[in-house]
Amino acid sequence: MPAYPAPDLVRLYRALRLIRRSEEEIARIYPTDKIKSPVHLSIGQEAVSVGVCDALRADDFVSPTYRCHAAYLAKGGDLKAMFAELYGKASGCARGRGGSMHMIGLDHNIIGASAVVGTTVPVALGYALALKREGKGRVVALFLGDGATEEGVFYESLNFASLHRLPALFVCENNFYAIHAPLAKRWATARLCERVATFGIPAHMIPQSDVLEIRSKAAECLEAIRAGAGPAFLECHTYRWREHVGPGEDYDFGYRNRDELRPWQDKDAVSTLGASLDPGERARVDAAVEAEIAAAIEAAEQAEWPDTRELHNYVYAD
Amino acid sequence: MSMPTDGGRLLRYVDALREGIAQEMERDPRVFLFGLDVDDHKGIQGSTLGLLDQFGPERVFGTPMSEDAMTGVAIGAAMAGLRPIHVHIRMDFLLLCMNQLINIAAKAHSMYGGAVRVPLVVRSMIGKSWGQGAQHSQALYSMFMHVPGLKVVAPSNANDAKGCMIAAIRDDNPVIFVEHRLLYPTQAVVPESSYTVEFGRARVCARGKDITLVGVSNMVVECLRARELLLDAGIEAEVIDPISLAPLDSTTVLESALRTRRLLVADNTWTNCGASAEILARVAESGGVEAGVRMARIGFAATTCPPSPPLENEFYPNPAKIASAAYALVRGNNDDWAPDPERAALSYQLQFRGPF
Repeated sequence: MPAYPAPDLVRLYRALRLIRRSEEEIARIYPTDKIKSPVHLSIGQEAVSVGVCDALRADDFVSPTYRCHAAYLAKGGDLKAMFAELYGKASGCARGRGGSMHMIGLDHNIIGASAVVGTTVPVALGYALALKREGKGRVVALFLGDGATEEGVFYESLNFASLHRLPALFVCENNFYAIHAPLAKRWATARLCERVATFGIPAHMIPQSDVLEIRSKAAECLEAIRAGAGPAFLECHTYRWREHVGPGEDYDFGYRNRDELRPWQDKDAVSTLGASLDPGERARVDAAVEAEIAAAIEAAEQAEWPDTRELHNYVYAD
Repeated sequence: MSMPTDGGRLLRYVDALREGIAQEMERDPRVFLFGLDVDDHKGIQGSTLGLLDQFGPERVFGTPMSEDAMTGVAIGAAMAGLRPIHVHIRMDFLLLCMNQLINIAAKAHSMYGGAVRVPLVVRSMIGKSWGQGAQHSQALYSMFMHVPGLKVVAPSNANDAKGCMIAAIRDDNPVIFVEHRLLYPTQAVVPESSYTVEFGRARVCARGKDITLVGVSNMVVECLRARELLLDAGIEAEVIDPISLAPLDSTTVLESALRTRRLLVADNTWTNCGASAEILARVAESGGVEAGVRMARIGFAATTCPPSPPLENEFYPNPAKIASAAYALVRGNNDDWAPDPERAALSYQLQFRGPF
């Protein structure tokens, strides 16, 4: 793994911190009912989105899951447009028509997210097909969860991506739970990378959620993909700190416990990378992030509602 | 039926489809065609034959048997700026595509606030012939009519087939393109030049004063034959082809029904929650009830399609059944008129020979 110079580390930390604090603010606001859209928070999982998206070029695409805030922000998505979307305001990234599970930001090549697990996997490959034909070496990084690997469409997609050598980086965020169902109740074996490799797709597991390792491995895969090698697959182990949907924690309901959380908190990317920075530098980043989030929330609070006459807009494209 | 005649010549429906696709692929390099077996020696009953040679394997290619993922790929490619035509040899197989079509294709433009468009054509065949059985006979277009964001078109003749295909390819929305396989060999005058047939505008195929018959897809042909049978009983039927089911031009149907005071919708599928139900509902709530329009519909028997010939014959509507139902609407059920069975058969169906 290459040594990362300080500016790179600051950039990565800033992205991690922005996502963490944005979602903590969402969790703070959520009980007020100002955000009337079910939120699936990535708190604890930020390293995957940040590591992968930092390795992408600005003209590459990312396809987030329904737990989409992290990938959206990591790819450079507009924070004000995200908060406005959560509030259902007209200035939202989907004009208040999408909500938390359908963030989109095509000005930063962020493909729209979907609430139906696995559904965006082949859609992202459609973008990859178009990029392959374009021939400019652009790539789609498509995110999916461990649950999505149980959908039939996942295997159909792996096969097609490999058959057509599509420029796609599959990124599986394996947080070990599909809603509340653990892997042991869902997977006959945990050998996901082996399953994927049988399609002729190089597959790598990254178990420790180290943001630098994720970034390095993603960069290595992207280089091969751009050279025409076809798709690659990353299985990134990670852990969802909050409940599946909503702002709270859920360690007291019997399906998991806090002992499972602790090792993930110990290696938390936001804390560990932050601690490695110069304290003054870190403080400046933190202050800037706080100001940016505060401004985005204030803008969302003040923004206009969509006009009710807009209800029937966008049913069909003209 | 109004048919442009400049450069027109008799062309089969199947060839008109292919010609429309080829002309659009020639005109627009973003258009591509894919689906299981579009590039094989049969070429979807001839509707895609020759396109591989003309446009090459990057724009005409077969797929794995992965309808779900392939639909997603089509949608993503469409969002990314290409214009895919995704072909299925049976509409029954669209059930494997429903998540993508309904959750993404239909909704993307709306749920992403207009940020993306999905210019996608989904071709599939419907229809009888002998022995199609339970899972090769279904015409499931009403499921798509139900969902805002999708367009559904079911042309009944070669001229409309070409014009609707070109319109569908140029449309920036997902279009479910429904082709009745018994229409494939039927001929109509088709211009050689490129043209579009507008969606949402029904066509009055034949004028009449006593009853309005609305036929969907192949049922237009069967309604026209029923019209001839009804003339023997002194009944003049008006025949309307909606052409597109979403958008649906119910105004033309309403205007006709208010004049004839009787309306019979003949559909290629079950009547429950179907296109026939929608057409009658719109007429009923737009003045048809107040005007005293008598309404009825006819479609598949409310059961699963069997391949055994006598059961299959009973299952499907046909011109004689349509004529009898129309007669009952006009004259009441008091006498048991039935059309001449010799004249009731459709000539092109008599020509059909297996094996399929």
